[in-house]
Amino acid sequence: MVRVLNEDGEVVDGAEVPDLDGDELVEMYRTMKLARRFDERAVSLQRQGRIGTYPPLSGQEGAQVGSAMALGDDDWMVPSYREHAASLVQGLPLKQTLRLWMGDENGARVPEDVNLFTVAVPIASQIPHATGLAWASKLKDEQDKAFLCYFGDGATSEGDFHEGLNFAGVFDTPNVFFCNNNQWAISVPRERQTASKTLAQKAEAYGFEGVQVDGMDPLAVYAVTKAAVEKAKEPAEGELRPTMIEAVQYRFGAHTTADDPSVYREEEEVEEWKAKDPIPRLEKYLQRTDRLDDETITDIEADVEDRVADAIAAAEETPRPDPVEMFQNVYAEMPGRLEKQLEWFQSIRAEHGDEALLED
Amino acid sequence: MGENLTLVQAVRDGLRDEMAEDDDVLVMGEDVGKNGGVFRATEGLYDEFGEERVIDTPLAESGIIGSAIGMAAYGLKPVPEIQFSGFMYPGFDQIVSHMARLRTRSRGRFTCPMVLRAPFGGGIRAPEHHSESKEAFYVHEAGLKVAIPSTPHDAKGMLIAAIRDPDPVIFLEPKKIYRAFREEVPDGPYEVELGEAAVRREGSDVSVFTWGAMTRPTLEAAENMADDVDVEVVDLRTLSPLDEETVVASFEKTGRAAIVHEAPKTAGVGAELTATLQEEALLHQEAPIKRVTGFDVPFPLAALEDYHLPEPERIESGIRETVEF
Repeated sequence: MVRVLNEDGEVVDGAEVPDLDGDELVEMYRTMKLARRFDERAVSLQRQGRIGTYPPLSGQEGAQVGSAMALGDDDWMVPSYREHAASLVQGLPLKQTLRLWMGDENGARVPEDVNLFTVAVPIASQIPHATGLAWASKLKDEQDKAFLCYFGDGATSEGDFHEGLNFAGVFDTPNVFFCNNNQWAISVPRERQTASKTLAQKAEAYGFEGVQVDGMDPLAVYAVTKAAVEKAKEPAEGELRPTMIEAVQYRFGAHTTADDPSVYREEEEVEEWKAKDPIPRLEKYLQRTDRLDDETITDIEADVEDRVADAIAAAEETPRPDPVEMFQNVYAEMPGRLEKQLEWFQSIRAEHGDEALLED
Repeated sequence: MGENLTLVQAVRDGLRDEMAEDDDVLVMGEDVGKNGGVFRATEGLYDEFGEERVIDTPLAESGIIGSAIGMAAYGLKPVPEIQFSGFMYPGFDQIVSHMARLRTRSRGRFTCPMVLRAPFGGGIRAPEHHSESKEAFYVHEAGLKVAIPSTPHDAKGMLIAAIRDPDPVIFLEPKKIYRAFREEVPDGPYEVELGEAAVRREGSDVSVFTWGAMTRPTLEAAENMADDVDVEVVDLRTLSPLDEETVVASFEKTGRAAIVHEAPKTAGVGAELTATLQEEALLHQEAPIKRVTGFDVPFPLAALEDYHLPEPERIESGIRETVEF
């Protein structure tokens, strides 16, 4: 398993620290802190009934931010539903992530200039899309783009995982498949997903490289993702473009706010993994190398608090979408039957008023 | 001037002409390349356009449809083929969860302009799972268009319209009539607009709504009873979006209707048409609407399939029931 920092934030023997300058490293730290605070507040908002079901990411900041920072400006990201931090790095505002989980599809509308595919919920179903996107890029003779696709350990049991990776190998597409192995698919442990010793080794069956990395070590994640992105664009002779990365990590919280992890896992296990928390780990490394002092940490914490508060305020101030939007974007041009349904719906709204149609 | 082509040749002609017209169009699926498709719908395309535009894929329906979705979102116009519509189910999740919804889910940032082709329906003495007609699954799913041609001319023109359509289209080809007859098909690309039904035979006593391979036996039934009943036959051609205007206008004229489809009766598209006529034209109705369909059974193997599929005698009996009510 590739590792750069040990649990105390010390560089492990023989490891190479990736080539990031001090500002970039502090930015990595700041983004991880931001993601953690965002996550804590989002769970709390759900408990208060201010957003709907939400999938927490705490514990996975290192894997998400480390991998996302390894992408170049023209590279693409294909997320599952938990990549709030990675999507933020790629350019999706936190406000939009909140809007999505508040039940507003506009939250999933990615700005035109952001190379981010829309959130996918059915497990592993985004993997063939990522292969198709990368394949199309290759067919268009673009040679400078990589396509990074995220999924969890449970996804590796699905047919779409196999079909997507198999196609990528056969057609040698510029993909990086990034498995966030957080040990649990809701309540089912990694051992119940596969008898394979590692998930990374599955890549061998598709003819390309699989790499296992410490997912709670952001520097190691950055390094392996960067290498995979470069290989996708320019593989060595005889080597296939795709890579599968298995980032070994843990989700500290529930799968979503709808489940209670205390039912299916032991508190000791959570505590063991919390000792590997990516945030203090990077913090110690940055302090030890004089890139971060206590004052800066305090400033970052205040800044992060403000940015999360601003995102929440902005999301909550955004009005509920106009119900007409349900009918739009189903087809390029609204079919006549749908137009008639819309007309009838509008007459009901006019008759009763929106207030009457909404549940208290 | 055109050529006399069978329906499957017209499909091939449409693919060829549109691939020549638009470099973004590509064909993919199992056996579509060197082999030219198990029904020869892609014959010769591999030699003409090469392996990057006529792509033999691994045998994996979800992989074919799912990767085509990614390609379509990235600006290509993939036309994946599933070898038989009865094999679409491993890709069903990709069809309904993603192909249909990408525009909605992304609020228009990403779209899915692809055409999923599959030979469908019974009547060719095929093994199990090679004869299903489950068009209702796809009609039920918002975001998809569903087209089923019944003539070579329409097959080519509707396929080209489908490829040019900005939305995903399920294009089901009735394989029983792939080679049943020829028709003159114009050279070069042309469009038969999706969402428009065709009145195949004008009549004043009863309207019969049908599509695909059932159009010909329905027309035959209409001719057989022409001495005493004047039957109007409407070929819907596109089931989604439905040409409600033509359907309702025909019914308002005749006041009686029968619907002929080879899919099972329960919750079939005939049920949707019946409900639509009730909602839109009840006061014109002079008799119960009769559905002449396949039975609510899994599609039988060859020895019994003739009994399952509506043929002219059964269709005529059904039409007479509503006429004589």
